[in-house]
Amino acid sequence: MSVRLRLLYMTPYLIWLALFVVLPIGLIAVTSLTDIHGRPTLDNFARFFTPTYLTMAATSVWYAFLITVCSLAIAYPAAYALTRTRHKAVWLLLIILPSWVNLLLKTYAFLGILALEGPLNAVLALLGAGPRPLLFTDFSFLLVSTYIFIPFMILPIFNALEDIPRGLIEAAEDLGATRLDVFRRVIWPLSLDGVKMGAQAVFIPALSLFMITRLIAGNRVITLGTAIEEHFLVTQDWGMGATIAVMLIVMMAATMALVGRRGLSAHGKR
Amino acid sequence: MRPLVYLYTFVAVAALLLWAGAGALERADGLPGTGAIIVYNWGDYIDPDVLRRFEEETRIRVIYQTFDSNEAMLAKIRQGGTPFDVAVPSEYTVSRMIAEDLLIPLDHAKLPNLKNIDPLFLNLPFDPGNRYSVPYFWGTVGIAYNKDALGDGAIRGWNDLWDPDYRDSVLLIDGVREVMGMGLNSLGHSLNDTDLEHLTAAKAKLDALTPNVRAIVGDEIKFLLANEEAPIGVVWSGDAAEVIDENDAFDYVIPEEGTNLWFDTFVIPKTATNVDGAHAFINFMLDAEVAAQNTEYVRYSTPNREALAYLPPEITEDQRFYPDAETLRRLEVYRDLGRTMLSTYSELYLEFKMHRK
Repeated sequence: MSVRLRLLYMTPYLIWLALFVVLPIGLIAVTSLTDIHGRPTLDNFARFFTPTYLTMAATSVWYAFLITVCSLAIAYPAAYALTRTRHKAVWLLLIILPSWVNLLLKTYAFLGILALEGPLNAVLALLGAGPRPLLFTDFSFLLVSTYIFIPFMILPIFNALEDIPRGLIEAAEDLGATRLDVFRRVIWPLSLDGVKMGAQAVFIPALSLFMITRLIAGNRVITLGTAIEEHFLVTQDWGMGATIAVMLIVMMAATMALVGRRGLSAHGKR
Repeated sequence: MRPLVYLYTFVAVAALLLWAGAGALERADGLPGTGAIIVYNWGDYIDPDVLRRFEEETRIRVIYQTFDSNEAMLAKIRQGGTPFDVAVPSEYTVSRMIAEDLLIPLDHAKLPNLKNIDPLFLNLPFDPGNRYSVPYFWGTVGIAYNKDALGDGAIRGWNDLWDPDYRDSVLLIDGVREVMGMGLNSLGHSLNDTDLEHLTAAKAKLDALTPNVRAIVGDEIKFLLANEEAPIGVVWSGDAAEVIDENDAFDYVIPEEGTNLWFDTFVIPKTATNVDGAHAFINFMLDAEVAAQNTEYVRYSTPNREALAYLPPEITEDQRFYPDAETLRRLEVYRDLGRTMLSTYSELYLEFKMHRK
């Protein structure tokens, strides 16, 4: 392909990149260096490193980690089972279908499901364990966030598992590997790329959740996303909001680098 | 190369067609200049039937958009992207908008129905002479509680909420001024206090409330209370009225330590392109009979004296929503604190939210 042709192909994407990726991030970076009256300052970053925001950052990371682990624990076996079913397309569609429904709508549905008078408490009451408050607890927050992120975890893992040649597994079995060995030494390492992609697709957006923290966690879980929302909409302290956004980008880049580097050492150069 | 050219051509043609189509639709809808106004109001804060009547009577189309906080509305009007003709800020935001020169003065000659408004609600400090704003609704911030569960008269003031018996029982509305105001009022300070010592004390007092706080939520507080998710809620008076309508176990009290008295008003922002249409709309909303119909739907308190005659006495004689002059004297109106002070309030509020049980 000639250089000019390649440039032609790339142009739309480059324009997109400049307008919707580079420019906004640049604007955020510039805004983060201004105070509430628009004067240049570095105070916002100093403010970020105070207990309030550090605790908030730690909380965000901790809950994002929990959500990722819960999603993985459910998604991996599900994706594995999926590769063994006959009507894969149908099952896959059933998993993806909920992600077509508006997020806010699904979250409101959970308000009803988890309510004191809701169906879940009715079941608990039958079992003699309820009714108990389910809404506005760590449990409800983890449940709803995990539910929302599961499709993003299942898809990459499913794809990675699908790509493992059947022959490799059969060969391992023929050579006397137990089922556990087959999983530990063949399937898991070969699906690791999918797991990493899934973990990134869940962890990074989970870091800045904000709507669910109010609706389902009743603001009992405060993440950096909540703080950004408040600074942009209520306080009008865009500088501080942008500073938190910059710190989130830094944290995300660190996550990517960490996951990516481990990927190299596990696989050698690919 | 070929398929790519086809693809680009297809996208370009489709985009052009959609653009033309959208333009045609907007013209059919009637955009500004062709006899339409854009009204920017709080969510769920007008009787849709009143809008329909206005369109039928005046032949002016209403394009209706909503917001959920004064601050969000202010940010959008400052940016000026949409030509809003009428907006509905609360009083402290009106002062801010006047100071920032964001409003067009009202032409009282075009608002003959202004005479229907109770003089008590006119010529207030935030807008002397009502040069820029006319009152739409007013109300208080208070406590809705389940009297069947807690006992009649169990709650009279803010400080009752700190009772250890009410563990995990209180829902708060997610508003900086409302929650910080509650903390300040419970200590006997003004809810416009700017003394950092008082503010820190109020925040510490709020931290002590944390074990009783079940959640800090938005508009869904109405639904949660009516469904008895929690027995106590700190809410705006009109929201309380809606809860009581749905679940008569609930009662509403104006806290004895004092609380916030607020006014929402009609203004015409500088973004307006149809100033005559905006005046026609405001005047229509001030009509006694229209205001009465709207009040029955919205359930907040109307400042329209003539409208009271059209309303059933069980609404107008309800002391909880139309408190007497003596109660009103205990209430305070928010002052615009300025950006720096609001930022201090927000930071303390954020810290309170982060305080774990």
